[in-house]
Amino acid sequence: MSATETRSMLDLLNGFVIQLREAGLPVSLTENLDAMDAVQHIPIEDREAFKYALGATLIKNQAHWRSFETVFEVYFSLRGPEYKLANADGESSELDDLWREMQDASQEGDGRGGAGSLDALTPEEIAHLLMQALMQGDQALMKALARQSVQRFAGMEPGRPVGGTYYLYRTLRNLDLDGMLSKMVDAANHGQESDAGRLEQRLEREEFEHRITEFKAEVEAEIRRRLVEDRGVEAMAKTLRKPLPEDVEFMHASREEMVSLRKALQPLTRKLAAKLARKRKHGRKGPLDFRNTVRHSLSYGGVPAEPKFKYPRPAKPELMVVADISGSVAAFARFTLMLVYAISNQFSKVRSFVFIDGIDEVTDYFKATEDITEAIHRVNTEADVVWVDGHSDYGHAFEVFWERYGKDISPKTTVLLLGDARNNYHASQSWVIKEMRMKARHVYWLNPEPKSYWNTGDSIVGEYGNFTDGVYECRNLRQLEGFVEKLA
Amino acid sequence: MASELVHRFESVQQVRDGLRDIDYLADDGIAGVAYLADRLGKPVLVEGPAGTGKTQLAKSIAELTGARLIRLQCYEGMDESKALFEWNYKKQLLRIQADKNSDSWTDIHDDIFSDEFLLTRPLLEAITADDPVVLLIDEVDRVEVETEALLLEILSEYQVSIPELGTIEAKQIPLVFLTSNNTRELSEALKRRCLFLHVDYPSMEREREIVLAKVPGVTESLAEQIARVVRSIRSLDLKKAPSVSETLDWARTLLLLNIETIDETVAKETLHILLKYQTDIAKAAKDLSVDE
Repeated sequence: MSATETRSMLDLLNGFVIQLREAGLPVSLTENLDAMDAVQHIPIEDREAFKYALGATLIKNQAHWRSFETVFEVYFSLRGPEYKLANADGESSELDDLWREMQDASQEGDGRGGAGSLDALTPEEIAHLLMQALMQGDQALMKALARQSVQRFAGMEPGRPVGGTYYLYRTLRNLDLDGMLSKMVDAANHGQESDAGRLEQRLEREEFEHRITEFKAEVEAEIRRRLVEDRGVEAMAKTLRKPLPEDVEFMHASREEMVSLRKALQPLTRKLAAKLARKRKHGRKGPLDFRNTVRHSLSYGGVPAEPKFKYPRPAKPELMVVADISGSVAAFARFTLMLVYAISNQFSKVRSFVFIDGIDEVTDYFKATEDITEAIHRVNTEADVVWVDGHSDYGHAFEVFWERYGKDISPKTTVLLLGDARNNYHASQSWVIKEMRMKARHVYWLNPEPKSYWNTGDSIVGEYGNFTDGVYECRNLRQLEGFVEKLA
Repeated sequence: MASELVHRFESVQQVRDGLRDIDYLADDGIAGVAYLADRLGKPVLVEGPAGTGKTQLAKSIAELTGARLIRLQCYEGMDESKALFEWNYKKQLLRIQADKNSDSWTDIHDDIFSDEFLLTRPLLEAITADDPVVLLIDEVDRVEVETEALLLEILSEYQVSIPELGTIEAKQIPLVFLTSNNTRELSEALKRRCLFLHVDYPSMEREREIVLAKVPGVTESLAEQIARVVRSIRSLDLKKAPSVSETLDWARTLLLLNIETIDETVAKETLHILLKYQTDIAKAAKDLSVDE
């Protein structure tokens, strides 16, 4: 590599690292240097290897990979001509060639006169072609069609400030992939004799689904390429950025994000358990252990030179989780239940309660099954949490809680309250929290709302908060982790 | 750095082909990172679910380069006397008692802290080896955060400091692989020193290839079916998804049972080979029998 080439490569990488850092990915200086080292050995023309080389040196957490990939795709999508990465123009002409070849081949078959390129096709023909490509798993043709459909259906206008999702939606609406899936399944079943087992059919269907997902990803990539071309890397890097799993807001998490959240929860609850248990172990020394002291004095000739103490047996941490599962925090509630489930695996003694305006204990639902989806389903359908109208009433829920379960709170218990404290202007009954705190070891409140919304409208988190050991904003994993750290 | 870097590989392609010849099917990421590890002289941290061939990767690389594999299995409570080195206390005692009169104190003192009385443990052994070695530090997530620090010096400088002897530098830079099942977050310091490689469940195509390579006698169509069923099962929400090694076990079982094509009954009857939890088995069986 010549000096100028190295130079431009360094500039390129530097820009890339800046983009990564702006996306929130932690890239240290040494990692940056490693990446510079790495690209000396991996030719940039080999795009996949190049991506992995950068990934291996810059990204040290698998959960960050998706964010990294997005930044990579955006940042290097247009560096094509200049740096000889995936070359949009070259590729498309190649695909046109491929297409022409196919046309020639089919022409011989059915004698249909074809135009020179994909552009001349009618939408029906495109759909038909796509179905063929999907059924045969023809990667090259799928790619070409993705490109063609975006060009045709997305209706992209230069400079128009809409996000990629809009174009994606427009493109896919025109293709009707769901309908195509059932058509494909039908066609496949038709083609073979029906003696193919049900398992086989199911696998076939999954294969098609898989290919359609691939195709969608291809369409998305194409839209991204075009957007970047239109508006430039810097602008697009910002809008297309995917949040890191720890920054995803519980309240607005998509299904896919929820899955990764759940994975990330497990180690966190283990940490929580360790934190609460350790506190006991490292506590102050207990009274003198006479027996043990005498036993050790033997090695000093009967002089009790090494006094031994009785350490308090590390008590098993007890936890009570009281969670709001009303509509206003629905998304958070799903997460809350996942959290409760994960916690109950770590602690020996967890009791969980859910409430809307009535309150019910759900500990057994989590104990009875190992399947979290089933547990959550049971909580949502069977737990008796509606008292009057199914609008949150913290006051009443707390009152009933105190009445029924208050006696079970001991000085060993930590109480976790989860909710937004939007009380629909009912009586707050905050004395319950006050009493609770006197009896329990700790009372903490986790609020899924942004801090700026607290105590606005019908939120009375401040009133309750006064009596707790602390109210914590808990909108994403990072904040939850912060809370666990603080517990120590 | 102790010595000149000797490159073992010429190109990414060479790594991939070499691994393929010894029946380890690497994807782009794996081959690329292994190549980089050699070029940059950096350790590789391999992370991923259990049973996806993380340990096998190190073994295969060792086989490929004709190096000796030195393995350090990590466990909770491991300390430096098990990982790095230990003084041979008994031998030292004998040495002191052997000739009480002849040596002066300083002689003995210098003498008993010398190579002769040093017991090398895997890490030190890898550093001091004359022949080419591959060092595998297995399941590094099992040791406590504090113990991780033991590894830092060897990973970044390829040297070991022994208070009584001074610093021992590596004669050659070994390829180092650390594996982790990600049961806990490793420290930043450790991660920073390594190249990061995530090994996930293989794609369907790759899994088929693996089955074909590792299970002699399996037909193409059966391998294809196996890979597809396994992918289907992995997409369920299970406690423990089937690993590659379990796929291979399954393939061998089917072969022993002389089964040519998998249908619903066969799949359900042999599920317990793929899945290890009763709840998972029940779930998968239920799911496979539900008609779309």
